[in-house]
Amino acid sequence: MTAPLETTGKSAKAPPEATLQGASKKAIQGRSLGQIAWMRLKRDKVALVGGAVVVFLILVAVFAPLIVKLLAHPPNEFHYDQVNEATSLPINEPGGISGDFWFGVEPVNGRDLFSRTVYGAQVSLLIAFLATLLSVIIGTVMGVIAGYFGGWVDAVISRLMDIFLAFPLLLFALALAGAMPDEVAGLQGYWLRVVVIVFIIGFFNWPYIGRIVRGQTLSLREREFVDAARSLGGRSGYILAKELLPNLAAPILVYSTLLIPTNILFEAALSFLSVGVPAPTATWGGMLSDATHWYKVDPWFMFPPGLAIFITVLAFNLFGDGLRDAIDPRGR
Amino acid sequence: MKRVHLEMTKMRVTAIAAGVALAMSLAACGGGGGDGDGDGGDNATPEFNAGVNKVYNPSDKKGGTLKMANDADFDSLDPGDTYYGYSWNFVRNYTRSLVTFKSAPGEKSNELVPDLAESLGEASPDAKTWTYKLREGIKYEDGTPVKSEDVKYAVARSLDKDILVNGPTYFNDFLDLKGYAGPYKDKDKTMKKFTAVETPDDRTIIFHLIKPFSGFDYLAMLPSTAPVPAAKDTGTKYKEHVLSTGPYMFASNELEKRFTLTRNKYYDPKSDPDTGRKALPDEITVDLNVNQEDIDQRLQSGDLDVAISGLGVLAETRATILQDPDQKKFSDTADQARLWFTSFDNSVKPFDNIHCRKAVMYATDHEGYLRAYGGSSGGQIATNMMPPLIPGYKKIDLYEFESKPNGDIDKAKDELKQCGQPDGFTTNISYRTERAAEKATAEALQQSLDKVGIKTELKPYPQDDYGKIYAGNVAFSTKNKLGLRVYGWGADWNDGFGFLSQIVDSRVIRPAGNTNFNVNDPEIDALLDKALSTLDTKEREGLWAEIDQKVMEGAYYLPGVDAKQLLYRPERLTNVFITNAYNMYDYTTLGVQK
Repeated sequence: MTAPLETTGKSAKAPPEATLQGASKKAIQGRSLGQIAWMRLKRDKVALVGGAVVVFLILVAVFAPLIVKLLAHPPNEFHYDQVNEATSLPINEPGGISGDFWFGVEPVNGRDLFSRTVYGAQVSLLIAFLATLLSVIIGTVMGVIAGYFGGWVDAVISRLMDIFLAFPLLLFALALAGAMPDEVAGLQGYWLRVVVIVFIIGFFNWPYIGRIVRGQTLSLREREFVDAARSLGGRSGYILAKELLPNLAAPILVYSTLLIPTNILFEAALSFLSVGVPAPTATWGGMLSDATHWYKVDPWFMFPPGLAIFITVLAFNLFGDGLRDAIDPRGR
Repeated sequence: MKRVHLEMTKMRVTAIAAGVALAMSLAACGGGGGDGDGDGGDNATPEFNAGVNKVYNPSDKKGGTLKMANDADFDSLDPGDTYYGYSWNFVRNYTRSLVTFKSAPGEKSNELVPDLAESLGEASPDAKTWTYKLREGIKYEDGTPVKSEDVKYAVARSLDKDILVNGPTYFNDFLDLKGYAGPYKDKDKTMKKFTAVETPDDRTIIFHLIKPFSGFDYLAMLPSTAPVPAAKDTGTKYKEHVLSTGPYMFASNELEKRFTLTRNKYYDPKSDPDTGRKALPDEITVDLNVNQEDIDQRLQSGDLDVAISGLGVLAETRATILQDPDQKKFSDTADQARLWFTSFDNSVKPFDNIHCRKAVMYATDHEGYLRAYGGSSGGQIATNMMPPLIPGYKKIDLYEFESKPNGDIDKAKDELKQCGQPDGFTTNISYRTERAAEKATAEALQQSLDKVGIKTELKPYPQDDYGKIYAGNVAFSTKNKLGLRVYGWGADWNDGFGFLSQIVDSRVIRPAGNTNFNVNDPEIDALLDKALSTLDTKEREGLWAEIDQKVMEGAYYLPGVDAKQLLYRPERLTNVFITNAYNMYDYTTLGVQK
């Protein structure tokens, strides 16, 4: 037997299960997929950092109201005393940063950029997560059906996926968000916008998940355990739910994690173009849009939302990549 | 080796020294205030406000391309369908109306002088009939002669506010139309039924009014009197190529992108002795829908000559320019006959109740409103509708804007109780998406009104259709509950009528393309009529103040800011001055140094 290999980072080859580093001199026992993946992940420092940042961001988003209440000023509150009356610029250099305003203030109205960035996390992550969830639900259902039943069912669904992928998503979002009525199904204002954006992003992105799931399903259905289940009398529904789905969980998890940053960027783009969540709600994209007006005289204004988007997207990407490598380092 | 090296070094040093000497001598040759080799006169020294009340860098030198840019699109290039001040300024490059404002700095620019006509109008004793005689030999860009019938046709087509939505309604209000509704509805291009305007011969045109109007020359100034030959009219498509009578004609017109004007060879400067047009550049280009920051940047880098909208640089650019003496000398500041304000919509509950409107008047943070427009460098808090520049202006401060610039919460809450909404209510605030100052205003209003329980949602709409489809469209505004609509208004000409009539006369209200967003009071209409027939100047000016007072008492509008602006004056411009008629640079006199 060869000595166990040292593995570092994503590019290492996976050692055979039974000889994973870290196994003590206990009796060799099979490890579940999850445990194996976790051990690989633990070795991937970059992914771990990404993961930690992701967890941190989620906490920030969830506890945003509390954080802001304890540490800073309400996000929509104006502070004229922080802004020069004649130039509209923050009085403290740079960008209005002071002990009271950690990220500085917005020109003209003096709003607290720390609070707005924290609340922006809430909007961005909420929309991204919900949209991803929608994509996962639709994508998984469609992908599994297409992969499992094959034949004309697969053909139809695959063509559907092609159509959805070809859709000019941004244009559609612009048109729909712009033409929306004031009230639909009892929802209005902020929540109506959120629902519409989640729907647009989630509903049109399902083929991304759908294709992955379909591919996985195609390969899984030929495996022995499916034959075994069928020979024991399991009907399609049972097989789909109890045999296939659990094995699809891992790739779905990975690709969802990778889908989230795309959705965050998409929501930021919509806000930037003024068709996202409406003013004055703080969103990273909206803040960036305002900041571009001031880049010549107050360039600092761009940093909080810009860095926030950058760090969030990077963290999710790094973590998602690490997760993918941990679960299936050979499949790229 | 060493010796060669030394010699090389010596040569290099000599070369460098020579180069430096040469450079220094060239620099010494260069002029003082500018780069160019002043053909056609000395280069003037740029300084702050050099273009205010005087001509900066006068020149007669022809040539070059005048590069202009617009942060949005024109409402229309069709002279019969346009209302923006900058458009009325610019249109004189490619059309001539009966009379126009003199192109001269200072007070002279408020004077009307004959353009297409030989002289100002000849009035009948009762001021209800006005006669003009066209100059001889005026031709269009294709060589065909201009006839008085073409002016009649131009006015006729501008009457139809369903087809040509944007322009002013003065002719609809003053001509004795007897039911005539324009050639699109009437379908008779010979205009037999349009008896309000007579053309007894090819050079004479007579207007018959329904009520006396001593200021009719102001209507003859309107671009709607620029001649349009009936046979060549294409209705809503005419704006794609307007037939020119001015010094320039359209060479190209890429809709929504840019257009170019070149010299009109049939324009005869000898037929234009009075207006002061100079027609110096060989070509004028106008880029459309350019980002405002881009415009400011290109002006400062010399890549652009004029920001055509004439509203001045953005607040943030203004901040940099005013703080930097090297930039400040390239700018001019102008008070404007312009008010930034917010209109109520009385058809949107609960603004049908005057106390709810007054609650907003009291609750608004007026300092916040001003800050949205750049603070003290953007203007001053307005307490009533007429801007201080208008003769007859009187300060009217019914709601204590000056003594309580951050609003009066207690009075606001009291008014809310009186209108039956003690805990506040919800409504929408609309504004023009492209205007950062209006967004800032809407947000500031939202914050102030929230303090008394009035919850608002912000609704941005595009600027070029704001009047036609959105806030200025009666049905849209009511349906979408635009209780508050952020807006602004500049005087059509500097007198009470020129400022007030289009925003307070109920008879100019139309289904779409509105400028009067809210005022519908027969008493105000009556006062307007009275002022029009009052020949004594002081008495007439007193009436404007009375109308202003009534508008404030009715709480129809929430005044915001009496505007000021900062215009940037790139180095290579010649003949630059601010015309008081439009409160921006006069676009018919500018030239460029190469």
